[in-house]
Amino acid sequence: MSMAPPLLKVEGLSKSYGGVHAVRSVSFELRAGEILALIGPNGAGKSTCFDMLNGQNTPDSGRITLLGVETVGRKPRAVWRLGVGRTFQITATFPTMTVRENVQVALVSYGRQLFNIWGSTASYAREEAGRLLDLVGMGAYAERPCGELAYGDLKRLELAIALANQPKLLLMDEPTAGMAPRERIELMRLTARIAREQSIGVLFTEHDMDVVFEHADRILVLNRGSLIAEGSPAEVRGNPQVRAIYLGEGLVYDARHREGAGA
Amino acid sequence: MAFYFVQFLTGLASAASLFLVASGLSIIFGVTRIVNFAHGAFYMLGAYVAFTLTERFSGAFGFWGGIVVAALVVAVVGVLVEMVLLRRIYHAPELFQLLATFGLTLMVQDIVVLIWGPDDLLGRRAPGFKGAVEFFGQNIPSYDLFLIALSPVVLGGLWLLFQRTRWGILVRAATQDRDMVAALGVNQKWLFTSVFALGVFLAALGGALQIPRDAVHHALDLRIIVDVFVVVVIGGLGSIIGAFVAAVLVSELNAFGILIFPKISIILVFLVMAVVLIVRPWGLFGRPEAAARRTPGLTVNPWRPLTSGERMLSLGALAVAAMLPLFAGNYALTVGSEIAIFVIFAASLHFLMSVGGLASFGHAAYFGLGAYGVAFLAKAAGLPMIVSLLLGPLLGLLGAAVFGFFAVQLSGVYFAMLTLAFAQIVWSIAFQWVAVTGGDNGILGVWPDKWAAGPASFYWLSLGVAALAVTVLRIIVFSPFGFALRATRDSPLRSEAIGINGKRVQWTAFVISGTVAGIGGALFAYLKGSVFPDSLGISLSVDALVMVLLGGVETVSGAVIGAIVFKAANIWLVSQTDLSKLVLGGFIVLMVVAFPKGIVGTLEAIRNRWRPSETKKSALATSRVEVAE
Amino acid sequence: MQRRHFLGAALAIAVAGMAGNAMAQSGEIKIGEINSYSLLPAFTEPYRKGWQLAVEEINATGGINGKKLVVISKDDGGKPADAQTAANELVSSESVAMLTGTFLSNIGLAVSDFANQKKVFFLAAEPLTDAITWSKGNRYTFRLRPSNYMQAAMLVEEAAKLPAKRWATIAPNYEYGQSAVAVFKKLMSEKRPDIQWVDEQWPPQGKIDAGPVVQAVAAANPEAILNVTFGADLVKLVREGNTRGLFKNRAVVSFLTGEPEYLDPLKEETPEGWIVTGYPWYDIKTPDHDKFLKAYQAKYNDYPRLGSIVGYQTIKAAAAILAKANSTDPEKLIAATEGLSMPSPFGEITFRKIDHQSTLGAYVGKTALKDGKGVMVDSVYRKGGDYLPSDAEVEKMRPKE
Repeated sequence: MSMAPPLLKVEGLSKSYGGVHAVRSVSFELRAGEILALIGPNGAGKSTCFDMLNGQNTPDSGRITLLGVETVGRKPRAVWRLGVGRTFQITATFPTMTVRENVQVALVSYGRQLFNIWGSTASYAREEAGRLLDLVGMGAYAERPCGELAYGDLKRLELAIALANQPKLLLMDEPTAGMAPRERIELMRLTARIAREQSIGVLFTEHDMDVVFEHADRILVLNRGSLIAEGSPAEVRGNPQVRAIYLGEGLVYDARHREGAGA
Repeated sequence: MAFYFVQFLTGLASAASLFLVASGLSIIFGVTRIVNFAHGAFYMLGAYVAFTLTERFSGAFGFWGGIVVAALVVAVVGVLVEMVLLRRIYHAPELFQLLATFGLTLMVQDIVVLIWGPDDLLGRRAPGFKGAVEFFGQNIPSYDLFLIALSPVVLGGLWLLFQRTRWGILVRAATQDRDMVAALGVNQKWLFTSVFALGVFLAALGGALQIPRDAVHHALDLRIIVDVFVVVVIGGLGSIIGAFVAAVLVSELNAFGILIFPKISIILVFLVMAVVLIVRPWGLFGRPEAAARRTPGLTVNPWRPLTSGERMLSLGALAVAAMLPLFAGNYALTVGSEIAIFVIFAASLHFLMSVGGLASFGHAAYFGLGAYGVAFLAKAAGLPMIVSLLLGPLLGLLGAAVFGFFAVQLSGVYFAMLTLAFAQIVWSIAFQWVAVTGGDNGILGVWPDKWAAGPASFYWLSLGVAALAVTVLRIIVFSPFGFALRATRDSPLRSEAIGINGKRVQWTAFVISGTVAGIGGALFAYLKGSVFPDSLGISLSVDALVMVLLGGVETVSGAVIGAIVFKAANIWLVSQTDLSKLVLGGFIVLMVVAFPKGIVGTLEAIRNRWRPSETKKSALATSRVEVAE
Repeated sequence: MQRRHFLGAALAIAVAGMAGNAMAQSGEIKIGEINSYSLLPAFTEPYRKGWQLAVEEINATGGINGKKLVVISKDDGGKPADAQTAANELVSSESVAMLTGTFLSNIGLAVSDFANQKKVFFLAAEPLTDAITWSKGNRYTFRLRPSNYMQAAMLVEEAAKLPAKRWATIAPNYEYGQSAVAVFKKLMSEKRPDIQWVDEQWPPQGKIDAGPVVQAVAAANPEAILNVTFGADLVKLVREGNTRGLFKNRAVVSFLTGEPEYLDPLKEETPEGWIVTGYPWYDIKTPDHDKFLKAYQAKYNDYPRLGSIVGYQTIKAAAAILAKANSTDPEKLIAATEGLSMPSPFGEITFRKIDHQSTLGAYVGKTALKDGKGVMVDSVYRKGGDYLPSDAEVEKMRPKE
């Protein structure tokens, strides 16, 4: 691994709600071009972590440094301006616009044209929007109303929106939830390719362990708010503590297909 | 000391009726999400029916029986209204129910006069509670003591009902999460009906209990409805204890406020509400609303700029309109000018509501400020018309900038109520500050300069400005800013995540909308030659809402048609009949049931049906969306 | 999608229907009448009956110089802007010879300003505001009913005789209430420099919270109270005041309360001994009034209210003006009206040249309870002409033409 400074540095991140520790002293680093998975059972604190990373939630303590800039206390829109794209567990798009317009809005924002009341949005960055849509395989759907899209397509659209500000870091909260198995693989391959080509760091959470183990460079395992394991897929797979948690949850990861009905 | 104690008790007695009515409204809103404008009408009906019953059946039994039976009778009326009218429109866009209940209110105002006659009626005093109790030289009406005791009893009864019965638990669950109750397999229809019946019963009871201390008359509804809205909002929507505390708070502040500022009553509740909403945006006992559901019925067809054919058609229509002076008389032209001005006003609200997703209940404030701006400039500064017309709307802009800043911090009904509060505050100032505004006698003699004085020239001016305003607003809709605004409306989460400062975008939209409304108001001042506080009033704000909803809130420019139809119908009806409220109310109710998407929305739906290829596609897509979710 | 192209089309359709026929049938004289029929039916219904009776009488006796009198009546919904629309329709589409009517002061002013701008003759029936003949007076506007100032002056005459020195006021918080209090205070203090104003209450019009208001006034412990509230507010105030003993051992002077419109709803709760202006139709024994009363009761099987008198006399006055002018030209109408005297159920009245105010007066008396109903007793008719300021003062107030 290169010795360049990390893209994202998280130190001692904590958050509690009424005495319950949702996230407890979590620290990790993420490098440009690296794909990092954050896994853990339901309620482990993954979403809270995500929300703190893009500014939707404020940690009780800890530091988040993105490209050398401290982001705690900044609003999501300010974090976005630092170069962070985000997709949501439940897709958040603009249902009354066309697919292309969804991306164009993000481009308008990136081009700082939000308060331009006289221009035409239809012609604004039309090609760039088309390029992003082509990139995620949505080029053919550009003129479709977003409200009509199937769920998997919405996920891909979200990815296109998240890429509009030429991000350094992508935060993807369960990017493949609700998709068919083949779609999942396709989407993650696509994400991985884009990340490597553009040297974007990716942090994602995921329930589908096939996706995690196939695409992640490194994995963080969160349980009850604390980081209990960190390492390469092979290391994490071999970690007995991780196995215990997942078995205890009634979930089997790497051996799911082989053991099948045992789950 | 005794005096202050008695004043306190007097405040509590005033709070009692307010609480009864407010709790009913709060319960209905909590479960059905209906802003029931007709709540005041049910209150008034309760008083009228109780009057008839207590006059007919004398004695203690006759009186108290009459009160309770009156409330029950009105509750039955409420059930009928819910089953026949509201059930049909639960899935219509938000606020459509408000429009329907507003239409109902208009009808009831005329109906009570038809049934009970126009005179103020004096109900009986309550047997056993006719006199006063002396307390250290102060007299406390014994009926006040009865009311003071009654409201905690009702509060306790409601608490038991909601905590200890299965029905009550379902209602609470529904208040928190409507979809969950539907998932539990509860018959939602009857839950809604029974909740509505209970709410109406409480309103009617509140009205019936007023007959020993008030006069029964046909303006009772408007007297209470706004105050009740305010109380519910201060307390927190859906919270009964909140309604109670807010009713007491408002009544006590009034009781003691008038000792220091005798003129405060008129503005007090709105000041309290504005302060509460700014400090605690969800009311004293309310909870932040769950992430807004996607507006039901929100159009799936994205908006598109006009095709060149449509543009030609619009220009053609405008040309036809511009030829009106060739064949119409002075009156028709003046009516035409008035309609054009209301097109401007409605379009400004429509921009805020439909593009911004912000339903303002006090939009008349900016219209009226524009009008007053012109009046000040023309009368006080003596500026020529063209200068006043250009500068007058700046007062609307200024008002929108100040109030909008606070209002956009809120959303949904709370936004609506804060805008209402601001509008009422401005209205009260215009109404009371006689030295500057002339009070309700207004500012007279704001007539156009010679070049615009003729009906035809003024009509052309109004038409031109209206066309310009609608065009400019459309350009903004399709501008980058318009998309940012729609993005904020569609998904606050996503728009924030792509760097959009939603509040600032909405604030800007508010200012644009307020300025355009001010332009309408400026023209209105010259059309009428005078300005009155009416032009800032609630009824004008409601008119604008009706125009927008009538036209179709999901359309780009539906308000244009809504304004033309509503204003023309209104002027014609007022001219033709004294029962204009009955007819207009009936018309609105029919429109809501027959065309829940509004006139333009319905036309678009029909047009889309004629395009078979698209229909198939969207039907397919709809099923896909359902599967996915 | 854009629907601007509907703007023109719908506009054209909407207004085409309203163009109406502007052609007056020959042999007819049209008068346009505007009032708040839907907002204030309690006051405007008797008013309407009054003017309808007048129309019938006029046409039964040959109309106006042989022409039939037609009154076209419009509702204003209580809104000045709508009143102007109605005025415009009457003038532009119906070609009426003059405008009459209006109840609320602000509507009266709006129509008066319209009349001034469009050069149309306007005979205001009921609005009380002093502004309509004085500070905002204009040459096209005349007013029938005794103004705020006149009513105040009549009441002050009685009030000044009271021994009371500590006074409190209760008035609705809008222009009418404010100017009624201001005029009363001014005239009263001129006559009785020794009195003190110890409290004032300004409940919102139509929305009085009577309990706290009554308490607050009682706390100031005045010897006398001036009341300007009316209608439903008055009912609430009286009920609370009675229960709490506010009016016990206190003199009360009250604007308009003796008018049946306001007195009758009080029924058995009518407070006794209030000094009021009003209309004791049951006590007036003049031939002029007898004739009116008989005709009214025969036609409607109901007793008249003050509104009936005003409505009746408005149209009678309009007919007299039109007959004298023998023209519908506004300038001739003005010339005919200035100084014109005519009979009325209250006796002869004159439209003053100096400020266009009629000298119609009002009855001043005391309230009493009779058979469970409120009545006025010891009533005396006060001629309006006796309660107006000097010509010099009037000229100062009225804008120069």
